[in-house]
Amino acid sequence: MAVAGRSAASLNDLAEMARVNRRDVARMFMAAGNGHFGSCYSCTEIVTALYFALMRVDAARPDWPDRDRFILAKGHAAPTLYSALIRRGFMPEDWMDEFEVKVGARLMTHPSRRYQPGVDASQGALGHGLSIGVGMALAGKIDARDHAVYVLMGDAEIHEGSVWEAAMSAAKFRLGNLTAIIDRNGFCVDGRVDDVMPVEPLADKWQAFGWDVIRLDGHDLTALLTALAPRRDAIEGRPRMIIADTVKGKGVSFMEDVRSWHSDAISPEQYACVLEELGEGGA
Amino acid sequence: MRPPRTEAMIASLATADQRSRPAPFGNTLARLAETRPEIIGMTADLAKYTDLHVFAAAHPDRFYQMGMAEQLLFAAAAGFAREGFMPFATTYAVFAARRAYDFIYMAIAEDRLNVKMVCALPGLTTGYGPSHQATDDLAIFRAVPNLTIIDPCDALEIEQATVAMADHDGPVYMRLLRGNVPLCLDEYGYEFDLTRAKPVRDGADVLFISSGLMTMRTLEAATALQADRVDAAVLHVPVIKPLDEATLLAAIARPGRLVVIAENHSVIGGLGEAVLSAAMRAGLTGRVRHIGLPDAFLDAGALPTLNDRYGTSTARIVEQVKSWL
Repeated sequence: MAVAGRSAASLNDLAEMARVNRRDVARMFMAAGNGHFGSCYSCTEIVTALYFALMRVDAARPDWPDRDRFILAKGHAAPTLYSALIRRGFMPEDWMDEFEVKVGARLMTHPSRRYQPGVDASQGALGHGLSIGVGMALAGKIDARDHAVYVLMGDAEIHEGSVWEAAMSAAKFRLGNLTAIIDRNGFCVDGRVDDVMPVEPLADKWQAFGWDVIRLDGHDLTALLTALAPRRDAIEGRPRMIIADTVKGKGVSFMEDVRSWHSDAISPEQYACVLEELGEGGA
Repeated sequence: MRPPRTEAMIASLATADQRSRPAPFGNTLARLAETRPEIIGMTADLAKYTDLHVFAAAHPDRFYQMGMAEQLLFAAAAGFAREGFMPFATTYAVFAARRAYDFIYMAIAEDRLNVKMVCALPGLTTGYGPSHQATDDLAIFRAVPNLTIIDPCDALEIEQATVAMADHDGPVYMRLLRGNVPLCLDEYGYEFDLTRAKPVRDGADVLFISSGLMTMRTLEAATALQADRVDAAVLHVPVIKPLDEATLLAAIARPGRLVVIAENHSVIGGLGEAVLSAAMRAGLTGRVRHIGLPDAFLDAGALPTLNDRYGTSTARIVEQVKSWL
């Protein structure tokens, strides 16, 4: 593999890491027999850009005080994070094949600090991540450290009222070191997000809450690299919201924009198709 | 009887003729923070009514006003604790237990984060009615793994427990009495211990097992019962979880005493059920009575009236015990 254990050097390397990440996710879900494919594949490029180009992390020191923090608030996309942590060297590769399978498996449906080095916050209950991120960003400012705090939320997660409690406070406390990302893939459990409970106009809402807002194509690595870059000299300022328009199930033709792939079983035949579409080689 | 004034419903618990100390939690925390830079204070628009305003005045740079947002309060406290700080987060007990439960359970307790939750108006300590009366907080929080639960009796115990919870590495929930808080345990040479129930007074006829402010009343009741030649012991249980079962079971096993469990909480899910299930598991039998708040939405009104109505005033405790003997 080209870039194991370190940052990706080029855009081509990053695109390759995104492909490896999607294959790893399929490998974990195949081990389990099912999974949140759609939710994982919509945020692959976001997580890849952060872990392989932007974030200051060190696998040898998972709790290094100066590391950048990442909270996967949409915890059901855990395999996307697991792949990134494994390929950065935080956890061994063979943990993937135990995903959800056996008692004592260290990789489970949602991220847990109890078992997984490199995870900054245990998640699973939607609507917690941004508030935890506010506390971590406030703590970072006490010692005037320059690390960044990233929180990746789902687009239906912002139905939770706690998200807006956190949104107000991030502006009040001028958390320039906090970046939130909404994975705007358009689907939740019961259907399309905007049928279940409309969330637009998203940018206007966050601007009104005092955030800097950037809206972009969440699969465009070049755009992500610019928008998500740490602002180490601006920890005192407006918090930053990245609204990433994404496609649920991105990268696998029969999953893209199909609601049932929020969480579904996968057959060996379908797994073979996924691997074929994602290409051989790499990991 | 003069009509209750509104301020009496939420103001200090101590009456004018009671010995008391002002803001024991706020003053102790402010003093502790002088030597412990990791301590921060956070509240959800209730600094004034949780005595955290004393800390805020002493350490304004370490005080965080989160607004009327309890879910944010406790999850942000978890974020602070993840970064090595020791947040003391305050609100009313009803809002912690009922509104922020999922956040406390998942964001704080699962990872044993060092968050101290200090919450006012436990049980029947306000006449505001069910929206403010935390008659259910112990039932709710006893089910949280990793959580230590303290129900202190008086100002002295609040001061000592505040220090003890700062010395304990892990999440703690403490029921808070605020304002001018009555003082009584100093007369008994009392010392708080995070792992122990404490015999405060010995007696041969009745064993009171009580927690929180009910121990003030069981001590008063024990004194009053002397007039009827009833000799009552008081075992104070300030730590509801983990429960000091060894001390409790030894006291209950002593023969010849009527056991009276008294708590400032619903009879469902609090000290009484915890003690009784431990006794059953140990195979103990005996005469037991349980004084607590009813399984009901309590009335609003003046506290003395309400405590008489629900059997939790000192006079009603004495009366009930005499009827049981």
